[in-house]
Amino acid sequence: MKPPPFIYVRPPSINEALEVLAAHGDNAKVLAGGQSLIPLLNFRLIHPEVVVDLAKIEELARVDNEDDELVLGAMSRQSVVEAAAIVRQKCPLLPKALNHVGHQQIRNRGTIGGSIAHADPAAELPAILLVLEASITARCSTGSRIIAASDLFIGPFTTSLASDELITEIRIPTGGIEGSAFAEVARRRGDFALAGVAAVRRQGIIRLAAFGVGWTPLRLLEAEAEMTKNGNIREGITNAATAAQSEVHPLGDIHADAEYRREAVAALVRRTLPELFV
Amino acid sequence: MTVESQTEVEVSMTVNGVEMTRVVPARLLLADFIRSYLGLTGTHVGCEHGVCGACTIIVDGAAVRSCILLTVQADGAEILTVEGITPSEGLGELQRAFADDHGLQCGFCTAGFLMTITAADEIPETDEDLRVFLSGNLCRCTGYQNIISAVRRYVAGRTT
Repeated sequence: MKPPPFIYVRPPSINEALEVLAAHGDNAKVLAGGQSLIPLLNFRLIHPEVVVDLAKIEELARVDNEDDELVLGAMSRQSVVEAAAIVRQKCPLLPKALNHVGHQQIRNRGTIGGSIAHADPAAELPAILLVLEASITARCSTGSRIIAASDLFIGPFTTSLASDELITEIRIPTGGIEGSAFAEVARRRGDFALAGVAAVRRQGIIRLAAFGVGWTPLRLLEAEAEMTKNGNIREGITNAATAAQSEVHPLGDIHADAEYRREAVAALVRRTLPELFV
Repeated sequence: MTVESQTEVEVSMTVNGVEMTRVVPARLLLADFIRSYLGLTGTHVGCEHGVCGACTIIVDGAAVRSCILLTVQADGAEILTVEGITPSEGLGELQRAFADDHGLQCGFCTAGFLMTITAADEIPETDEDLRVFLSGNLCRCTGYQNIISAVRRYVAGRTT
């Protein structure tokens, strides 16, 4: 189908974009890469009065390294981030995960900020930010705040952003990362994940996040604890997988039922954790 | 408010080497602009939500799905469609390889495959990597095997 009618606005700066959002609030939707928004418009699942296109705001597309932090502008294209030498060097988990986001045609337009703001429970990037303990800068016309990734994703397709707030950048701490791993189960390459796990070992401490197995991505805290308390890595991994299986509460749907997703999480934990120790 | 609100927008772009400026509805999808406004019907619309790849074109050197791009987003862009890789007579090398290897049956998905391959900086060397590379384009007819061999034929023809 075709999009319903809307008013189109293409602000040339962040401040002007924030003015538009302040004026229209819930009646406006932000257009970043459009790879999630435009399908929603085509399905007529949403009818925004105003669509705010961020494409002209070049400063939102930055990909930078600042000391021990990767700074990704909200409008940085997924394919650009995936290929960037500084990203591959400082945070190899990102390209590993991005490789599974849709297909390259999607990633040529899709953005880091857009994916996060969309907060699809089966999406890779929100889980990556969670496991890397990233922080998100959100601005509105009256100020700005930093939101920890753990506070951003509060429900399916729901973030803690206010309707007049814009994600401007994402900061990922890259210091001390000793290993990272990523795995997901999907019926076809590029499909939304039925279950996925991202793992990071940073200064000896293991962080695990899962996606596709609940309303939001989640840290696998019990699985992490099994790794911390067990001196024997093999045993730790076995126990972590078991813990992961019981700490997730997936909803089943026509693509996979809840039990399958739980078993998949356990298998993915068993698959990813060993990679942190090579 | 200082920012202009519009339901009709003027866009300028280059399509297959031809510069143009048009006023279009803000909600007009790029696939529909190409097909209905420009009469370039080689680009097909399949799923209209970005999963099948039949609508794949090249925008500023990158393969993208024209069904989930607004025409206004292509303002200032260089666009290449399947018409842009077709010589005035006969078939281009890639098209010839598809024809010779039976890489198409109904042909509905074919333009999308051609553009995805044309946009590649490098064609992946292993068949597994090539299948991943082409995974954004769906084909209901061929079972993909002859598409893979057509690409291999094309690559082999290029290097001799």
